[in-house]
Amino acid sequence: MAKTVTDVICPFCGTLCDDLEIQVSDDGTRILEVYNACAIGAEKFLHSQSKDRVTRPRMQQEDGSYKEVSYDEAIEYTARMLVNAKKPLMYGWSSTSCEAQSIGHEIAEAVGGIVDNTATVCHGSSLIAIQDVGIPSCTLGEIKNRADVVVFWGCNPSHAHPRHLSRYSIFPRGFFTGKGHKGRKMIVVDPRNTDTMKMADVGLQLEQGRDYELLSALRVAFRDEELPDVVAGIRKEKIYEAAEIMKNARFGVIFFGMGVTQSLGKNHNIDIAIMVTKDLNEFTKFSIIAMRGHYNVTGSGAVLGWQFGYPFATDLSRGFARYNPGETTANDLLRRDECDAVFVLGSDPGAHFPISSVKKIARLPSVAVDPHITPTTEISKLHVPVAFVGVEVGGCCYRMDNVPIESRKVVDPPEGMMTDTEFLTRVRDRVAELKAQAPVGAPSAAEPQEA
Amino acid sequence: METVTLTLKTTPTLMLEAEAISPDGLAGKTPDQIRALPVYMGRETYTLGEYFDVSGSPGSTAAETKVVVKGDLSRVKYLGSKMSAGEMVIEGNADMYVGAWMSGGRLTVKGSVDDFAGTGMKGGELLIEGNAGNYLGSAYRGDWRGMQGGLIRVKGNAGSDTGYFMNGGTIIVEGNVDVHVGTHAEGGTIVIKGNAKSRLGGQMVEGTIILLGTVDVMMPGFKYVGDEEVDVDGQKFLMSAYIGDLGERHRKRKGATIYGRLLIRKPAPADIAASREARLARAREAKKARFIAPEETASA
Repeated sequence: MAKTVTDVICPFCGTLCDDLEIQVSDDGTRILEVYNACAIGAEKFLHSQSKDRVTRPRMQQEDGSYKEVSYDEAIEYTARMLVNAKKPLMYGWSSTSCEAQSIGHEIAEAVGGIVDNTATVCHGSSLIAIQDVGIPSCTLGEIKNRADVVVFWGCNPSHAHPRHLSRYSIFPRGFFTGKGHKGRKMIVVDPRNTDTMKMADVGLQLEQGRDYELLSALRVAFRDEELPDVVAGIRKEKIYEAAEIMKNARFGVIFFGMGVTQSLGKNHNIDIAIMVTKDLNEFTKFSIIAMRGHYNVTGSGAVLGWQFGYPFATDLSRGFARYNPGETTANDLLRRDECDAVFVLGSDPGAHFPISSVKKIARLPSVAVDPHITPTTEISKLHVPVAFVGVEVGGCCYRMDNVPIESRKVVDPPEGMMTDTEFLTRVRDRVAELKAQAPVGAPSAAEPQEA
Repeated sequence: METVTLTLKTTPTLMLEAEAISPDGLAGKTPDQIRALPVYMGRETYTLGEYFDVSGSPGSTAAETKVVVKGDLSRVKYLGSKMSAGEMVIEGNADMYVGAWMSGGRLTVKGSVDDFAGTGMKGGELLIEGNAGNYLGSAYRGDWRGMQGGLIRVKGNAGSDTGYFMNGGTIIVEGNVDVHVGTHAEGGTIVIKGNAKSRLGGQMVEGTIILLGTVDVMMPGFKYVGDEEVDVDGQKFLMSAYIGDLGERHRKRKGATIYGRLLIRKPAPADIAASREARLARAREAKKARFIAPEETASA
């Protein structure tokens, strides 16, 4: 008889579902079945059980083949690479626990590194906008219980956050929303006819890259000013109609995603979307929430925020924290040849960065810490596999609405595997030893040698 | 005015941060003291003398000092930042933060500059003979006070986000600009002699944007209010005046609402005919390309 672990947190997307039930074998070593999760979440749990999983660090050889090395050797290589570099980039952090992030930041501070998380190619532009104009926001629980107008702007939760609609935004019956989806108006704005768009009460299929103009038009409509006949490919009657629905909401919310954060204008699109929300609060209660991607990218921003004051792209190279997206962001550092070593943990820039940046990573001394084999581990000099956070080890994670949720351990990792926290703690201690050996402030002996 | 000349010896491998190089940073120092000033690369600190040859000597105050910087400075940041007086000439390209937070004096760049030039500028004159990058004369991240005074003139093109959160001073771009000009502006004047793409004056509260070329997409919140003759950089033009951004907050003075102003040059009738002809020619070309393309793919 297999036993069932209940109330498991899903470590996949920012929705951070907390109602998973997982059947494990009697000896507690294998996951047999995953209930309540979406297809992506279930696959994350089941993939941890695959037979061909890498369980020991691998060093890439001259000919491109891999040689298995011990964790001790991996720790030594990583610590030396970071200590020898003048400006190491420490990227990722979004698919690990807050505890691991915090230790990673200690290392970055010791070696004068730059800490950047996946927000840099995701919701970093939202964070810039929030810094510029603030954010009127709320939690997903409030939306479940109160929201009667829900706007999805440039995001497609049907595919990217599959359980978002059923757990929080459209279908659930809450305290003041007893009719479920029948009592909610759904507005979707997207250039594509996505599966989310097909469900919408009001679908605004705008011209690609004209979100800023359409959001500005909504603000003009709220103020009863005259609009041009067509804005962003949408007739003004439709814009006035959408504006009326939003103004007459009892409790409204805007969810926005990559469609606005990474298309033309970036932070300006979010900036004006926040201003739309602010304007709507003259008429009713309205909130705005970013559809964060990785399950703990919000946590990375929170930990960086309380430790250094900035949510991503934090440059510690001169001993104090500096931040300027466009200068200290991972892609700009790589594009401008401004870093001399790359450490990646809990992300896959090899798959998500422009190929020009990926080529730069391949040329630099690099370490990738990741349970999976990914494009990043394939181009890195050293691949350190670790236990899955949220599957084989617990840890704190932040949901997309900034609610911290403690993830749970379900099964043991394979024999002898380290967790993120253990590996980073050992690297931190080794870095401290190496720094103590070299006189403080002396220029480093040489450029870091590639292994 | 005394002149001190710095010549870059070797191109830095990573970017070099040299905020010491400005009339204020060098004034009153002997050449040896200048050579000992710190410059930064990553977490290492070097002396200015390791990267630059120093000749001449500065005056006793910033106002009496002229700094000339030579060599390929495209990997050197913060040149002339926070200068308050005197003169500085950069004889080549420079990297980020040229003349950032400057409050006086005259800074000339003979080449092009990267992003964030003239960030948070308060006064003085910044002349860029090449192109400028993004965020020219804009606010530092999170600050709602961008450029507050002074003059920036770019002979070439400028990138996106020119005059972000601007609330004073003048920016003149003689070439073209990318998207987002004068976003969130609460004052100041931006003159674009070339063409603009889109998002001109988005979320603009006050201030003036003058465009002599064309704009691809207008913001929906700007309303045409009539024509007027405007003096731009010494020349007079007939311009269409728009007010906006109608979606943004605006203060009132003596009962009248004050809007941001967007002035776009009215093309002469001959220009309208020529641009119509050019547009038709482009459309014909596009149609031809569409017609020819399938055959080519079929033969391939």
